[in-house]
Amino acid sequence: MNPDDPDAPKLDAKGASRRKFLRTAVAGAAALTGVGAATGMEFDVEAMFQGHFRELSREDLDRVLERLAKKYSARYAKDVKVSATGPIDGVVFGYGLDISRCIGCRKCVYACVDENNQSRDPQIQWIRVLEFEREKVMRGINLEDGNPYYDHEEVPAPDKVYLPVACQHCDDSPCTQVCPTGATWMEPDGIVVIDYDWCIGCRYCMAACPYGARKFNWAEPNLPAEDVNPNMHLLGNRPRGKGVVEKCSFCIQRVRDGRYPACLEACPVGARKFGNLLDPKSEIRQLLATKRTFVLKAELETHPKFFYFWG
Amino acid sequence: MNSVIQFWRFVAGSARVVARGSVGYYAWIALLGVLIVVGSFAYANQLQNGLSTTNMRDQISWGFYIGNFAFLVGVAAAAVILVIPAYVYQWGPIKEVVLLGEIMAVSAIIMCMLFVSIDVGRPDRLWHLFPVVGNPHFPHSLLVWDILVLNAYFAINYFVVTYLVFKGYTGQRYNAAFIMPVIFLSIPLAVSIHTVTAFLFMGLKARPFWNSAILAPRFLASAFCSGPALLVLIFQILRSVRPIKISDEALRKIGELLAYAMAANLFFLACEVFRDFYSASASAHTIHAEFQWFGLEEHGIAGYTWLALACNSIAFAIFLVPSLRNRLRVLSAGCVLAIVGVFTEKGLGLLLPGLTPDALGEVYRYAPSANEILVGAGVWGIGALCFTLMSKVAIAITLGELRYRPR
Repeated sequence: MNPDDPDAPKLDAKGASRRKFLRTAVAGAAALTGVGAATGMEFDVEAMFQGHFRELSREDLDRVLERLAKKYSARYAKDVKVSATGPIDGVVFGYGLDISRCIGCRKCVYACVDENNQSRDPQIQWIRVLEFEREKVMRGINLEDGNPYYDHEEVPAPDKVYLPVACQHCDDSPCTQVCPTGATWMEPDGIVVIDYDWCIGCRYCMAACPYGARKFNWAEPNLPAEDVNPNMHLLGNRPRGKGVVEKCSFCIQRVRDGRYPACLEACPVGARKFGNLLDPKSEIRQLLATKRTFVLKAELETHPKFFYFWG
Repeated sequence: MNSVIQFWRFVAGSARVVARGSVGYYAWIALLGVLIVVGSFAYANQLQNGLSTTNMRDQISWGFYIGNFAFLVGVAAAAVILVIPAYVYQWGPIKEVVLLGEIMAVSAIIMCMLFVSIDVGRPDRLWHLFPVVGNPHFPHSLLVWDILVLNAYFAINYFVVTYLVFKGYTGQRYNAAFIMPVIFLSIPLAVSIHTVTAFLFMGLKARPFWNSAILAPRFLASAFCSGPALLVLIFQILRSVRPIKISDEALRKIGELLAYAMAANLFFLACEVFRDFYSASASAHTIHAEFQWFGLEEHGIAGYTWLALACNSIAFAIFLVPSLRNRLRVLSAGCVLAIVGVFTEKGLGLLLPGLTPDALGEVYRYAPSANEILVGAGVWGIGALCFTLMSKVAIAITLGELRYRPR
């Protein structure tokens, strides 16, 4: 559902009654804020009873965005903007990665951390780069042979091949299927997103993900104010809290504004490609048409929109 | 109106019963109290500092808590194995012990729900799972199914226990036409809670070790080992401290049932092992089984796995041979072995090979942290306390010590 779209479907009765309940609950619990303030605890009643993203009305959503922008601006002493820019009609995003070019420098990993406000301590990274023996990979990729902890003076190391893995934005995503609260779903533009306010942190999605793409906030994330990227999206790079799951969102805050993902821009060898799968003239479609592409764990039929190819 | 007053006096009387007891009783309650208090402090620490207080990480995202959950769902479901013969076939000796079996089911379900609740990162948001106010992802998410069947099973068993105990209190005969259908309903529900819990794991194609059609039957078979084995031990403790009538014959009957259950459990395991190792290269399942039985990259749970197999095999021999199982000491030893075996095989023995190597092939080392174990011990303390208090009331009523007397 496009929250910016004035023609977005009207709320169903269930959503409406829930909002009514939530309002009552907020009113009832508002008295508690005083207690929270007195004890110095951050006790955000409005956040606590916020409805599910997909059932927020336009006005409720605007209120949420405004509240979050204010909260983050105060916390990080920066002019933070939080948007909920919706999908663009006729666009489904797809990613391509040229394994023969990738040198394993991990610039994408760190660009992603900078762009997407990941916790620096404990360290959370959405992209994991696996290193393989070239000889082994030529006989087919077996993920058990991959080493994510390689540490060389110089990359690429001789006779190695690198495979960066992040969320594959599966069309038939097992993570969204198993989520017990519907806190994660696929948007119309193919991006699998998470509502960090609805995630209960059960980690069922992490058990369900065949690509190890989902990361959990095992402790309170630590994000120094000077490192904060103030251009935020509600379903993307806004700061997460302790106890919820996060992952790559294809840089939703950038790509819905017509920009490339941060990892692509950071790649020094041009191994990363991104574009609209519905546009036959897009670079990604050209790659799919002309290169020998493959997806990870194709036998699981999750239908990733992240394609690897030998350039 | 009369029955409301009766019920109120039943509740008040129950409170008096649980408040009084022998020195041993007080010591036991105190021990559980200490466990619960220590567990609560450990949980407060977890709430404060996040699940980083556990040793779970992104590679092993479920651990000790969910392992205990899987084991306890089995214990809860196992009450049914006593209900079936007792009510369906009117099998005399076991009938008297069914009530205690159902009390155990209720206590186990409480522990199950607690283990799931302490595992989530945001327990304050559990209401997101509820209908109307939340957004349960039904029927897609098996976790929602599991919450549904667990709650239904809890409600039914709690109702049956309360009804039977209350009728005993008022001295009325229970209304069989009313309560029997409810008891019968609990039979498929018991099967369903464990089937759905198995499906929770089985449904994940990302985890080939769990994605096996035999997991639900295995869960049921191992449940029918651990649950009744636990009851055999508890019954012997109870009848040594209270003059209740639990015959040796009933215990031996349960021992016989355990032989069937353990036979099925070992057979299903053999089926899995055959598939894993005979068609080794063809199956992504195999690497997880290698981790399970032999270890990978100098790390594994082989000792754990072989321990479970040894315990279960010896227990099976004891349950199978009449001259062994008919000696109560030997039977009890077999029960201890079966509990250790199933807890090992079904707890971390199921969780860790499922998650190792992880989705990207990494072998991550996990063992529960001290804080994790303390929180878990607190949950066991709560479960044991529930069982102790409920069974104390039930026994007092059975013995006629607590009875309704019109004023």
